[in-house]
Amino acid sequence: MTQLPPLSAKKLGLVIDLDTCVGCHACVVSCKGWNTENYGAPLSDQQAYGANPSGTFLNRVHSFEVQPEQGEAQLIHFPKSCLHCEDAPCVTVCPTGASYKRTEDGIVLVNESDCIGCGLCAWACPYGARELDAKEGVMKKCTLCVDRIYNENLPEEDRQPACVRTCPAGARHFGDLGDENSDVSQLVAERGGFDLMPEQGTKPVNKYLPPRPKDEMPEFDVLAPYLEPVAQDGKGFVGWLDKALSAMPGGAK
Amino acid sequence: MSLDQPQLDTSPAVSDEVRKTTCYMCACRCGINVHMKDGKVAYIEGNKDHPVNQGVLCAKGSAGIMQHNAPSRLRAPLKRVGERGSGEFEEISWEEALTMATDWLKPIREQNPEKLAFFTGRDQSQSFTGFWAQGFGTPNFAAHGGFCSVNMAAAGIYTMGGAFWEFGQPDWDHTKLFMLFGVAEDHDSNPIKMGIGKIKERGARMIGVNPIRTGYNAVADDWVGITPGTDGLFILAMVHCLMKAGKVDLEYLARFTNASVLINEDPKSEQFGLFLRDKDGQPQVIDRNTGKLAPWNGKGVEPDLAGTHRAKGVTHRPVFHQMADRYLSDEYAPEAVADRCGIPAQRIRALAADLARVAFDEAIELDRPWTDFRGKKHDKMVGRPVSFHAMRGISAHSNGFQTCRALHVLQIILGSVEVPGGMRFKPPYPKPATAHPKPHGKVTPGAALDGPHLGYTQGPEDLLLHDDGSPKRIDKAYTWENPMSAHGLMHMVISNAHAGVPYKIDTLFMYMANMSWNSSMNTGGVTKMLTDKDENGDYVIPHIIYSDAYSSEMVAYADLIFPDTTYLERHDCISLLDRPICEADGVADAIRWPVVEPDRDVRGFQSVLCDLGARLGMPGFVNEDGSQKYQDYADYITNHIRRPGVGPLAGFRNEDGSGKGRGDVNPNQIQNYIDNGGFWLEHVPENASYYKPFSMDYQDWAVKMGFYDAVQPYIFQLYVEPLRKFQAAAEGIGERQPPEHLRERLKVTMDPLPIWYGALEDDQVDLDEYPVHALTQRPMAMYHSWGTQNAWLRQIHGHNPLYVPTKIWEANGFAEGDWAKVSSAHGSIVVPVAHQASLNANTVWTWNAIGKRKGAWALDEGATEATKGFLLNHLIHELLPPKGDGLRWANSDPVTGQAAWFDLRVKIEKSAVPNEAQPAMPAIKSPVGKGPSELDWKVGK
Repeated sequence: MTQLPPLSAKKLGLVIDLDTCVGCHACVVSCKGWNTENYGAPLSDQQAYGANPSGTFLNRVHSFEVQPEQGEAQLIHFPKSCLHCEDAPCVTVCPTGASYKRTEDGIVLVNESDCIGCGLCAWACPYGARELDAKEGVMKKCTLCVDRIYNENLPEEDRQPACVRTCPAGARHFGDLGDENSDVSQLVAERGGFDLMPEQGTKPVNKYLPPRPKDEMPEFDVLAPYLEPVAQDGKGFVGWLDKALSAMPGGAK
Repeated sequence: MSLDQPQLDTSPAVSDEVRKTTCYMCACRCGINVHMKDGKVAYIEGNKDHPVNQGVLCAKGSAGIMQHNAPSRLRAPLKRVGERGSGEFEEISWEEALTMATDWLKPIREQNPEKLAFFTGRDQSQSFTGFWAQGFGTPNFAAHGGFCSVNMAAAGIYTMGGAFWEFGQPDWDHTKLFMLFGVAEDHDSNPIKMGIGKIKERGARMIGVNPIRTGYNAVADDWVGITPGTDGLFILAMVHCLMKAGKVDLEYLARFTNASVLINEDPKSEQFGLFLRDKDGQPQVIDRNTGKLAPWNGKGVEPDLAGTHRAKGVTHRPVFHQMADRYLSDEYAPEAVADRCGIPAQRIRALAADLARVAFDEAIELDRPWTDFRGKKHDKMVGRPVSFHAMRGISAHSNGFQTCRALHVLQIILGSVEVPGGMRFKPPYPKPATAHPKPHGKVTPGAALDGPHLGYTQGPEDLLLHDDGSPKRIDKAYTWENPMSAHGLMHMVISNAHAGVPYKIDTLFMYMANMSWNSSMNTGGVTKMLTDKDENGDYVIPHIIYSDAYSSEMVAYADLIFPDTTYLERHDCISLLDRPICEADGVADAIRWPVVEPDRDVRGFQSVLCDLGARLGMPGFVNEDGSQKYQDYADYITNHIRRPGVGPLAGFRNEDGSGKGRGDVNPNQIQNYIDNGGFWLEHVPENASYYKPFSMDYQDWAVKMGFYDAVQPYIFQLYVEPLRKFQAAAEGIGERQPPEHLRERLKVTMDPLPIWYGALEDDQVDLDEYPVHALTQRPMAMYHSWGTQNAWLRQIHGHNPLYVPTKIWEANGFAEGDWAKVSSAHGSIVVPVAHQASLNANTVWTWNAIGKRKGAWALDEGATEATKGFLLNHLIHELLPPKGDGLRWANSDPVTGQAAWFDLRVKIEKSAVPNEAQPAMPAIKSPVGKGPSELDWKVGK
């Protein structure tokens, strides 16, 4: 069993806006690309061109429908990756100490050279956010692009996770959720950001912003004054037109 | 730090070098940074400086590394050695391949150039391929617009000098209400997502009008689940509501549209329905200053929307009066259209009222002075902050042209085009139909065609007909069947060539067009046409040459294959002469360049055309001494001159790279682009940023930049006079007359003011038997097959269920894992179904082109794409069901010829679970083998 370190003041994580996510999977594939080439073993694919392709992804988008009691059904796109929990059960369950939570920023990582691929951590994670790489036999998970966010070989503006940099709709935000004045903390406060499955007691660092209410356009009664008729037919309209034009600047003929 | 915490290098080297080029994973054409390690592609991300994507990149773009390294890449030129369709090929040298092509094409060019049909699919070099076809002398050239979205493009150009996507975009920074119509998850990909993100951040609202609530519609604040094919009716009902309430921008309509232009209203006159013109041919308005006739563009003229004119016994009324007569009619009242559209009348009213509220109560003003073409100075820019976007969803119907027109008329009466918060054109657009070429089709053996193939007809005199009335083009573009077919009809080429109607051809030459699979209606029928033999045992279509980078389904049906490069191995120019990538605030173009050299015996298709053009001695491709003019496409991009000072690339012109828009050839131009990140961008001056068609500030800048050679301000055409000219011909006016069987249809469909009529297929199909609408969409994470089936993306979309709404799901007693037989008047398929509640109650749909044929794309024959994936194309025919008159009626829009994919009607019933999706076409032999079973793609090991 591995001990969690004392809580860091800095809590790096993601804020994901479910109101804006269009479900395009850009984050999924950008993550796949960066993390195949970088941190640890590549994210492998089995039966890549075969009957049942499968591969390792650190981030996936799930889509599900919600049927409100009244009104139209809605489709929610829900990107999911490691939430870098404060009370991370994947760390405490690890028999070798390979899973750990960084003391300086709270990022949860796997030290692949110590990982025996036993899969306990994936079992312990209530979010299903870890995937055992079938080729390498080591556990893979979101690193919050720890090899990007501090990387002095990247321009400063690019020192953010690949998924955040690539998100076309701007639905993903990265920052320090331990600092209540940070942009991400402000966003969580303004938009009512929430924890995923708080009943699990994992205290996730990542937050989700809820979809805004949908299909709430005012009934026509409220908007009716905007369509007060000026005419009933073409002839009446021409009569109105004459009046309307003469009322416009320079209109008196 | 915990004792257990390992030391970690948080600043590892990212790459040896970053090479900046342009993505080709779809038609969006984003800028990409290609990170190189050891000379190999290691990682691809968006280019932050690029005007299209500003750093972001979609799933397709990020998976480019899998496209570039795909096992399905063709490796060398191929010569067919088995029967067509068998996939039996032999690799040959380029010399042998080019000699073979030359031997086929040279006699054609010298005797009957029209016997070559050259169609180039998802080509991004149409100004070049068109130039090649023109030099060859065949009238038979087009790209894929006819089966894609020509209704949108043509309606936009005829109405206001541009449509959406490449032509224009919402003013994302100022709009307060954005209404999105139709299936639009791919056109244009990243800018729309970025725009939606922007308006959400600002708290602006978005309304989605779409039978299907996925993707962008899933995040829309309000969703209108409209019945397919009724968008035009819904739009005209909103026009009715707005006009009836006087919620129209009168000042804008009077000044900047032809609402004030006078029309001859004497039914006995030859000029009936045409504009009153002065001796210079300028349409006339009543000037409010004088109460007298004046040309629309006269200095200081204030056109009157209300003034009528009577002369020589003929009454002339302004266009706006005719619009009032038509759209105030109860025919367009919300109550009259509600059932048909599947939208309650009160909801239509509420939506119209909301547009009115935002356009007029929330108007915005920018303090930017500008001068209009009548010399009037304006001290500010007034904006109506409602904006729209639409694409194939509304256009891929047989009423698509008029529907797209209706949408533009709605935008225009609200005064929301080219104003702050509305829709904005992207330079070099706007450009009215009259500033585009007319179509050309005059064939001279051994010589070039008389001009560019594609253009905008202004009346019957511009149709491409022989004296006997027969079509000049194999696809019957620019005939009475579809007089404004501005992009040609690629979907009719094989069918017509096979039928020998209007004539037989010798060689079909295609590029990036998967015609034996997802790019054709009636897939099974088309493969038969491609393999059919005549009584002598010869193929009905004698020769087929095809160029593709990958082992697509079409490869097996060609006799000769020119293997293309991947997008990272090639030169390209994203040219202003073609389909530009500009933004509303800037003019831009871009290049691709070989960031890696091919490791196979392949060549960029355009370079092959440079060689082939020279072998054929074509004008434009040989020097005076007969030698090859352009060594390759890069040479053409750098040195070709289209008009004095204007070439394929507008940036870094002149020897020193100083020329913007216009200038001499710069031998280092491509290197200048590479050094600049692969693109060139010049900003629109601030006082020219809106009102572009009417603004002298913009017009002067446009001439300076070389978009055109003289200022050409114009007004929006609510009433499209060329449509009236075709309609008048159908009424018997004029020399050039349509055939009798088309008269009635032309009278209806060529209406100069937008109308709505039901899908043409609905007249031929028993709607009680086939009551359900069936659609396709492209997923955001996968484009249609112009690339390969990508190892990463196929894990996101590896097969495609048919999505079924609750009512139909329950009526059939469907459960998860069930399959259904889906039938149309033309054929049937058996496919897996899935439930979707957020869907129009009478519509089913699936993802487009996920289904693959066994043996294609280097996939295993058991791949889910082939066993569970399927195409709806089997249910759609390129012809309407026979009417018993012996005529071939195309399943196309009668104005433009756009393929009416989305008119499809089906019935659906539960089926036993088959072994695999039906019809299961036999496997084709792969010319490239199969892909590896496992991937762990790390370059920098």
